[in-house]
Amino acid sequence: MLHIYCPYCEEYREEEEFRPKGEAHIARPAEPEATSDEAWGDYLFFRKNPRGLHHEQWYHAAGCRKFFNATRDTVSYQILETYKAGQQPTVTAAARAAQAAGKGVAK
Amino acid sequence: MQHYSGFGLVKHGLSHHENWQRMWRNPVPKSQYDVIVVGGGGHGLATAYYLAKVHGITNVAVVEKGWLGGGNTARNTTIVRSNYLWDEAAWLYEHAMKLWEGLSQDLNYNVMFSQRGVMNLGHTLQDMRDIHRRVNANRLNGIDGEVLDVKQVQEIVPIMDCSPNTRYPVLGASWQPRAGVARHDAVAWGYARGADALGVDLLQQTEVTGFRISGGKVLGVETNRGYIGGKTIGVVTAGNSGVLAKMAGFRLPLESHPLQALVSEPMKPILDTVVMSNHVHGYVSQSDKGDLVIGAGIDGYNGYGQRGSYSTIEHTLQAIVELFPMFSRVRMNRQWGGIVDTCPDACPIISATPVGGLFFNCGWGTGGFKATPGSGHVFAATLAEGKAHPLAAPFSIDRFISGKLIDEHGAAGVAH
Repeated sequence: MLHIYCPYCEEYREEEEFRPKGEAHIARPAEPEATSDEAWGDYLFFRKNPRGLHHEQWYHAAGCRKFFNATRDTVSYQILETYKAGQQPTVTAAARAAQAAGKGVAK
Repeated sequence: MQHYSGFGLVKHGLSHHENWQRMWRNPVPKSQYDVIVVGGGGHGLATAYYLAKVHGITNVAVVEKGWLGGGNTARNTTIVRSNYLWDEAAWLYEHAMKLWEGLSQDLNYNVMFSQRGVMNLGHTLQDMRDIHRRVNANRLNGIDGEVLDVKQVQEIVPIMDCSPNTRYPVLGASWQPRAGVARHDAVAWGYARGADALGVDLLQQTEVTGFRISGGKVLGVETNRGYIGGKTIGVVTAGNSGVLAKMAGFRLPLESHPLQALVSEPMKPILDTVVMSNHVHGYVSQSDKGDLVIGAGIDGYNGYGQRGSYSTIEHTLQAIVELFPMFSRVRMNRQWGGIVDTCPDACPIISATPVGGLFFNCGWGTGGFKATPGSGHVFAATLAEGKAHPLAAPFSIDRFISGKLIDEHGAAGVAH
């Protein structure tokens, strides 16, 4: 059972109150008329589906009923952060790599 | 290959069963193969078997990172049926069903295929309309199917609560008598033994870490046991297909989710068919050992952890207890999860890829076990010919660009 911090309610709640809603930060094509079939297919169906850090949307269905984002490890299932819709994640693969590299230099 | 028979069993009994031949070799990888199959589950092993048997291509390796049949082949709920709505899917699954019907004889290995029938319950008027439509579509495609009313359902499964007093009363069901269950591990082992006997190298504990690609064509695979060359490579890695596609430099329209199942303590025979319900969302059968085999839907989040959330199995058991109140006192024995690669239209991908010589067979989602023989058969043809088998052609990855989806989501009793 996941224990999820809702950034709007500012409380930890049980997983059953929430619904996962898939990959976050997917932008709808800005000019639908000018978008190719490949780009539409990519927008509709092709997901990153990473083994590792995943930025994803959650819906607080039995709570505030707002959408927010989470960064979660898809192997350990650990939730590393949650943040409001429209915000950007702070825990990213790039940030982790930079941090690991930084530590390597310090040692 | 040592032929299995009743006489052989008696003969080996005289020597205390100490002289049985090993079912397959444990070979050292060669440097070059005609075909490499990545993934040693049921589908991968079936592919290798049919490559050797049907197409005469025996210089084949199956590369498996763990042990044979240790992934979803070992984790599914063993249900076999072919009552899919759309023509393309129905033909593919019915192709598999016909192979199931002769599989034990073909492999000389008892896969314990038991055609005990599968029942898909309807609990609402819309369920019943969908059931009528699907059964009619099945019959037009030559697939057996019947619509049962609640009285007929009760006759087949007397222990189910078919009274009108439940929260979601049973109104009827679709019934496929030729459907049933098979022994999942035996399917992998039977195909492995058959493939090995025809000369296929089964390379266990060999993990693919990358593809060697030159000029848009695949040359071979990098593994933890060194480089292995292959003219044609078929990837059949279920939940990890996306990870392998990323190694080859492209994306697939797949998302990996945990799917859980559980079994009860063994009991005396109580349920002689398979009952599935999409509406209350659970399915149950009883294994030959006597345990109830129970499954339901995926966990909604992406996951590679081969485990899911407790709330998901709790909902499943609520549905089972609603249908079978007498099971409320049964103790559950084991629970586990596998990683399924779900496709947006709940149909598989059997396809060429942007890399020449590299083919993928994936996206079977929650229902791949039933298709094992058919999947291997058409994928072997695809690898041998270098172009899609007619039954596999509609399942090309191009459908996610053209929009020609085969939308089985919810249409065919797909548990989702």
